[in-house]
Amino acid sequence: METTKISTDEVTYVANLARLIFAEEETERFASQLNAILRYMDTLQEVDTTGVEPMTHAIAQKNAFRTDAVGESLPVKTALANAPEARGNCFQVPKVIE
Amino acid sequence: MELYELTIHELQAKLRAGETTAAEVTASVFRRIDAVEKDVRAYISLMRKSALAEAARAEEQLRKGEAGPLAGIPIALKDITCTKGYRTTCGSRVLDNFIPPYDATVVEKLRAAGAVFTGKTNMDEFAMGSSTETSHYGTTRNPWDLGRIPGGSSGGSAAAVAAGECIASLGSDTGGSIRQPAALCGVVGLKPTYGRVSRYGLIAFASSLDQIGPFTKDVEDCAIVMNVIAGYDPAESTSVPAEVPDYRGFLGRGVEGWTVGIPQEYFVAGIDPEVEAAVRRTITLLEGAGARCVEISLPHTRYCLAVYYIIAPAEACSNLARYDGVRFGFRAEGSRDLIDLYKKSRSAGFGAEVKRRIMLGTYALSSGYYDAYYKKASQVRALIKRDFDTAFASCDAILTPTTPTPAFKIGEKTDDPMQMYLSDIFTISANLAGIPGISVPCGFSAAGLPIGVQFLAGHFQEGRLIQIASAFEKLAPSEKRRPAL
Repeated sequence: METTKISTDEVTYVANLARLIFAEEETERFASQLNAILRYMDTLQEVDTTGVEPMTHAIAQKNAFRTDAVGESLPVKTALANAPEARGNCFQVPKVIE
Repeated sequence: MELYELTIHELQAKLRAGETTAAEVTASVFRRIDAVEKDVRAYISLMRKSALAEAARAEEQLRKGEAGPLAGIPIALKDITCTKGYRTTCGSRVLDNFIPPYDATVVEKLRAAGAVFTGKTNMDEFAMGSSTETSHYGTTRNPWDLGRIPGGSSGGSAAAVAAGECIASLGSDTGGSIRQPAALCGVVGLKPTYGRVSRYGLIAFASSLDQIGPFTKDVEDCAIVMNVIAGYDPAESTSVPAEVPDYRGFLGRGVEGWTVGIPQEYFVAGIDPEVEAAVRRTITLLEGAGARCVEISLPHTRYCLAVYYIIAPAEACSNLARYDGVRFGFRAEGSRDLIDLYKKSRSAGFGAEVKRRIMLGTYALSSGYYDAYYKKASQVRALIKRDFDTAFASCDAILTPTTPTPAFKIGEKTDDPMQMYLSDIFTISANLAGIPGISVPCGFSAAGLPIGVQFLAGHFQEGRLIQIASAFEKLAPSEKRRPAL
């Protein structure tokens, strides 16, 4: 039998981290697909990476700072234009604190 | 010959000579759209009304002799590119009603050059896919065979150029999303060096890999569009302040004395024999033109796919955290509290492939797995880049097939994510290394499906790609085939 890299419980745990909800059958389907993908990832373990610096950028660049000057910003009305719900100058969400 | 069939440079000549007008060109393209779009389905939204106004403005500029290089040229934009005041969906239900408050830098640049925007093209949801089948808006069909996929994720942009529904288009390429559909639709597609073209206003998928690039009918058009879109952008901190050459200057220079590397790892079992034969013919033609083709090795090639499917989902799961139903995008009804709102909105908004990648990325970054997956992948990525650095020390360019097979059938790979991922096996390495790559048509299968050859070069060597691609285009037996739509 092929090794299980990720169980259905772990799928549920990771789904919570990712702020996703799955029905039971979806959880099982994801577990099986993720297992197939993660088994494929195992090939990386054969590569000797001792002393290799992880690469995070394709092109080495220093921090790109801009001058600290006031520029044009989106007007509040424009920034709120795509909000599913807005009130006054704010995005509106369900109550957070009881 | 209808106007929609022409290239940018052919139309430029006609427009400047007063043989046609921007309005006539735009009208010709929209007539073509009206005739074939029901079959091809390349677009998510059309911009017919604004296109007419832009054509009129271009006409005015042409009359005054103030026309930019793309004056009056109808161009389509992948629907991942923000267009101020025009819906930008990224192929997702999440952004179904999203109206960007600003233009992407590439859109501003094209506009300033006089382009006429025809519309926003179909794509895999959030650019995650190789066939446009993950789009919330249906699958685009390959103009060469409507039962087959056009490739992806920029499948709509590639199909629109192949079908004559625009003169050129823009796409984005994170693991092959320009080059793979270009190959499968028989057009030219270029992924520039990471940092060459501004990503400002490009909806983010995997920020260390994403690049915008053109789809065109020939290599000269590719150079024309690159001249407009390349360059540093202060609004995009990973764009590179390096000088941009005139890419047209690389056309027609030939490849006499060039050394072209043929990586043995790209000619492996599983590659379609017709694809291999077409690509081998390319090698023979280039040798005939005075290039020396030498076998090389890129030893870490076999790890590219695994590295990519850790790094891209890891970056994607962070980038897609913003779709929470609060500031813009889809919001689910009937939530108990804020966390419930996030979960319900994201679960109902995202499609299965996007969720799969968010899950994969979240898992790879989660506590206890980070070192085994993300860190390991980033280290192997460094080795993949090192392979290319070594190769380019002795080669002017590298030649590979763009895809292992011609276009596959709609539905053929949707149930098996690993099989779908394997269709990008030859294109992913360029994104990981940050180098530019171009796909150029190099023949047809017996069934009449286009085949593409890929050229790769070192960082910021797009000029070399245009040089070798234009040399090959000149040598290739001119197959002026068009899809029978």
